[in-house]
Formats: sequence, C-alpha cells, structure tokens
Amino acid sequence: MILYAIFFYLFAGVCVASAIMVIAARNPVHSVLFLILAFVNAAGLFVLMGAEFLAMILIVVYVGAVAVLFLFVVMMLDVDFAELRQGFLNYLPVGAVVGAVLLAELLFLVGTWVIQPGAPKAIAVPIAAGISNTRALGLVLYTRYVYFFEAAGVILLVAMVGAIVMTLYHKPGVKRQNIGAQVGRRRSTAIELVKVKPGQGLS
Amino acid sequence: MKAALTLPALVPLLPEMVLGVGAMVLLLVGVYRGERAVRLIDGASIALLVVAGVIVLLLPEGKLVSFDGSFVVDGFARFLKTLAILGSAAAIAMSIDYAARERQQRFEYSVLIVLSTLGMLMLISAADLIALYLGLELMSLPLYVVAASHRSVLRSTEAGLKYFVLGALSSGMLLYGASLTYGFTGTVTFSGIARSAAQAGPGLIFGLVFLFVGFCFKVSAVPFHMWTPDVYEGAPTPVTAFFAAAPKVAGIAMFVRATVVAFPAITAQWQEIVVFVSIASMLLGAFAAIGQRNFKRLMAYSSIGHMGFALIGLAAGTPQGVQGVLLYMAIYLTMTLGVFAVILAMRRSTGMVESIDELAGLARTNPTMAFFLATLLFSMAGVPPLAGFFAKIYVFLAAIQAGLYALAVIGVLASVVGAYYYLAIIKIMYFDEPAEGFVPMPGELKVVLGVCGLFNILFFFYPGPLVGVASAAARSLF
Repeated sequence: MILYAIFFYLFAGVCVASAIMVIAARNPVHSVLFLILAFVNAAGLFVLMGAEFLAMILIVVYVGAVAVLFLFVVMMLDVDFAELRQGFLNYLPVGAVVGAVLLAELLFLVGTWVIQPGAPKAIAVPIAAGISNTRALGLVLYTRYVYFFEAAGVILLVAMVGAIVMTLYHKPGVKRQNIGAQVGRRRSTAIELVKVKPGQGLS
Repeated sequence: MKAALTLPALVPLLPEMVLGVGAMVLLLVGVYRGERAVRLIDGASIALLVVAGVIVLLLPEGKLVSFDGSFVVDGFARFLKTLAILGSAAAIAMSIDYAARERQQRFEYSVLIVLSTLGMLMLISAADLIALYLGLELMSLPLYVVAASHRSVLRSTEAGLKYFVLGALSSGMLLYGASLTYGFTGTVTFSGIARSAAQAGPGLIFGLVFLFVGFCFKVSAVPFHMWTPDVYEGAPTPVTAFFAAAPKVAGIAMFVRATVVAFPAITAQWQEIVVFVSIASMLLGAFAAIGQRNFKRLMAYSSIGHMGFALIGLAAGTPQGVQGVLLYMAIYLTMTLGVFAVILAMRRSTGMVESIDELAGLARTNPTMAFFLATLLFSMAGVPPLAGFFAKIYVFLAAIQAGLYALAVIGVLASVVGAYYYLAIIKIMYFDEPAEGFVPMPGELKVVLGVCGLFNILFFFYPGPLVGVASAAARSLF
C-alpha cells in the first residue's frame, strides 16, 4: 500500500508540476513537451486506479496523435508567443472564473453520486469482477454494442466522403506525371537534329 | 458470456443494412467510373431506397426489438420510415435535372442522401440515447456536406458552414442533456428512463430541457430556428427540397418517440415546453413569412410554422395527438415536395429564379403548374376540402381532447394569418400581368408535382386507409 501511495504522489506531483510548466514555459515547444509529460503521468494515475485501457488510450490518442499534432503546428506556424502572452494578467480573472466553474462542475459531478446513491446500481452493463477492463470492454463492444460500433463506423465513412466532396477539385489543365508516356519515349521523339547555318541561329 | 456469442436479431435491421451496403457499393462504382456514372448512381440510389422501403413494409408484423432494446421496429417506425424514404427518393429524383443543367453532377450527392436516409431510419428506430445520437449524427453530417455542395457559390458554402456550426452546437446540447439524463436515471434506454424517471428528481428536467434543445434545432422549431431561412435560401434548391422533407420527418419521429416513451412520468413538465415551442413556431411561421419575397426563404418560415402545428399533437401527449402528428407529417411531406417541384421548375433561359414575383401570371403561361401550386398552397393554408385541412383538424382535435384549448385557438389564429401569404402567391399567379414563361418542366418534377397535388385533392375522398394506419402506428407507441 505504501508503494501505491508513493507512486500516486509521484505521478500526481509530476502531473501537476508539468501542467504548470505547460503554461509557464517560455518556449512553446517546451510547453508541448511538458503537455506530453502531463499526459504520460495522468496515464500512470489511470493504471494505478486499475483503468489500464483508459491509460493506453490516453497514451495512444493524446500523446501519439494530439500532442504530436500540436508539436507540428507549433513548429510549422510562426506564432509570436511572447506577444500572445502579453495580456496574461488581463485574462487572469477570466481564466480564474473558468477554473472555478470547472472546479464547481467537478464537485457537482461527485455530488451527484452522493445525492443519488441508487444511480450506479442501475448501470446497464455492470463491471464483472475478475476480468481486466480491456477484456470487459471487448466483450460488450463487439456483441451488445456492435450496432453502435458499426453506426460510428458509417459516420466516419460519411465524414471521409464529405471531406473529399468539399475539398477535391478536378482542375482542368493540370500537368501530371504520366509514367507510361515517360517510359515510352524514344530517341526519335525526344531529339531533333537541326542543321544550323552559321550566323543565323535557330528561329 | 455464452449469451453474448449468439447473433443479435438482424431481420429488423434489414432495410438499414440494404441501404448501408448499397451506399458503399455505389460509392465504389462512383470512384471507379467517375462522373460518367452519375446517372446510373442516381437511378440506383432511388432503386435502393425503393427496395429498402419495400422491405420496411414487408417486415414481420408487430413490435420487433433488436440489440437489447436499442433498435425498435413498430408501427410508428414503419410509418415514418416509409415517409422518410419517400421524401429522400423524391429529393434525389428532383435533383437530376437541376444538377445536369447547373453542371453540378457529382455522384457523391445521391450516395450522401442514401447515407443520410440510413441515419434517418436509425433515428426513427432508436430506442435509447446512444442510438438516437448516432442516428442523428449520421443523418446530419451528409446534410452539412450537401448544403455546401455548390462550392463555388458563396451563399451555398455559407449555408453549409452555418448549418454545420449550429448543428454541432445543438448536438453538443443534446449530448449534454443525454449525459444528464443518464446521470440521473442510470440508464440510456427509453424504457429504463421511463421506469426511473418518477424518482429521479429535478435533475432529470435539466436533462430533458437540453435534449429538447437538440430536438427543436433539428425540426427547426422556435427558438432554435435561426439557421433555417439562411440555410434554405443558400443551399442549392434540390438540397433545400430535401431538407424540408425527409429530415423533418425523422426529427419529429425522434422528438415524439423520445418524449412519449422515455418521459411519461414527467408529462406535465414537458407538455409546458412543447406548448410554448409549438405556439412560438406557429406565430413566427405565420408573421415572419409575410414580408418574404424569396420563395425558398418563405418556405423556410412556412416549414417552421408547420413544425409548430405538428408539435400541437405532441403537446397533447395522447395517442390521438401522435396520430395527428403522423398524419400531419405525411401530408406536410406531400405539400412541401410538391411546392419544391414548382420552385425547381422556376427556370428561365437565363437561369433559376427564386422570387415569388417571378410567378406573375403563371396561370396564363402554364395553367397546369399554376393549378397544382395553387392547390398545394391552399392545402398548406388549411383550406377544406384539401389534405392540409385534415392534417390541421386532427392535431387541433387532439389538443382540444387533451384540454389544451388556448393552444388550439392560437393554432387556428396562426393558420388564418399564415393563409395570407399563401393566398398572396395565388393572387400573383392568377391576377398579375404575365411575366415571361418558364422553360418546360422536366418529367420527374411533373411526376412529383402531379402525385403530390392529386394526393392533396383526393385525400378528402378516401382518407380511411392513411388515417387508420396512422392511428395504429400511434397506438404502437403507448
């Protein structure tokens, strides 16, 4: 149990510290790197709680995709972060209000379970004891919830088709590489020998 | 875990599977054959929808349930699915000539409409909040895309973007409501919510209100109607015709099923909201349309008003009320499709025109079209003995039986005000000096206009079957 506590405080402490560094770091690239550190530590906290599926998803999706995307954007765009930071104190009250609202929401969320203790008992798919939660998710995702899973797949297909419809232009007159024509080129079509009379040049 | 390995009942999902697989096959055909396949894919999409509609009607009788109650096929679902499929098929048919003339032929268009229809069918059958949300998104995403499908026209892209941003916001609201509902009842299935709604307390009403925001946005009911006129005006006309018909049917289906099945324990609370939304929509639809000169914009306000009338039936909260909603949607579908067939035929040699003043003297240049348009407009205004009159009388009667006298009276007054602008168009057609005639109407528009017009005229002689089916469909929900 003491080991558990040590790891909890390790992950939680690093997580909070790196979260502060995300907004405190001068260099935006460092900010993103600290964000990744925060994600990894949050994943560690999830593992401690026994939610290893959530931990892996956090690593794969947030660290693997979102944070790297951030990094790309930060590196590619020439944003003057020093200038963005100038109104920091002006925005502090607004930020504090947003933070307070989030805190209140968290308290309400916890409060719901206290006010309505019967609610969790009505959960449609209770978590079976003795199996890991990845396995538990897999057991319902492709059986009981397969309809939702397939529907989500069709929605993603529509999103793909939609993005192509909205952005793909077939411009006339675009010069594209034609490998067949390139390879099929003969000496006769490529080279022309011209007799040039001295002093006249090519017309 | 043995039970989990048995295959769920797939027969109730047959129409959806046909549409889904068919849409993917058509997509492949389109990708390989390119723009040459547009005609083929338009035709095949309509055929696919017809097949799905036939399967809907051929499904075994009674209430079919699949996926642990997430997916329900009952009389209500059959009725509205048939309507939604008819609306989508007509919308594809009406777009063929327009796309050819405007050089906007893209095979994705009809495939997207098929996929949107798939979403509608899923939405109509959805009996839990997850299925409802997924169906809603599958229905809406293709709508955003087709609204912006004229990419070079600024108003079309504006319409698409506006619809997308507001639609995403309303989806967020709906999800928020769904999560609150889940939090306070501990379940997402409608029947489960109904069971635990009585002791769920005031938190559930918050969830209900947020759910209603999402529903009202999708059926464009006041106060979440702002997007409607701009999107209707900006989107290409066949797309507007599609928007006004099938998605409205699915939206109303979701509204009615979720409200009636999941929240019977707090009827008094949702009744107040629906009464307010209904009155506000009817009044706004009646008054705001008066000043409109653009026919598509006018139809947007008209559809807002019609949704208000349809919601009267829901406000009653009784089987008669739901029967009224179903009949209203069936008749609304025919009226809207017919009128849009005329709007799509408003084309001179110089291009499309959209102002209602362009209809001047249509009675002399094209008497048949003028006659059918006048019939449909009279029907929309609720003039007996046309179908629109019966649509209104069924919802008003249900409201009176439920004791909502004020609602019924305001409804009648709003329909009188609304009659003004419908009659104004008829006056322009019949009594103003003729303008230059339109180019001849393409065949498929003639068919849609003729069928819709004749339905509205002849409904009076033989209303029995439709009324009977709607009544049985409404009872299947209670």
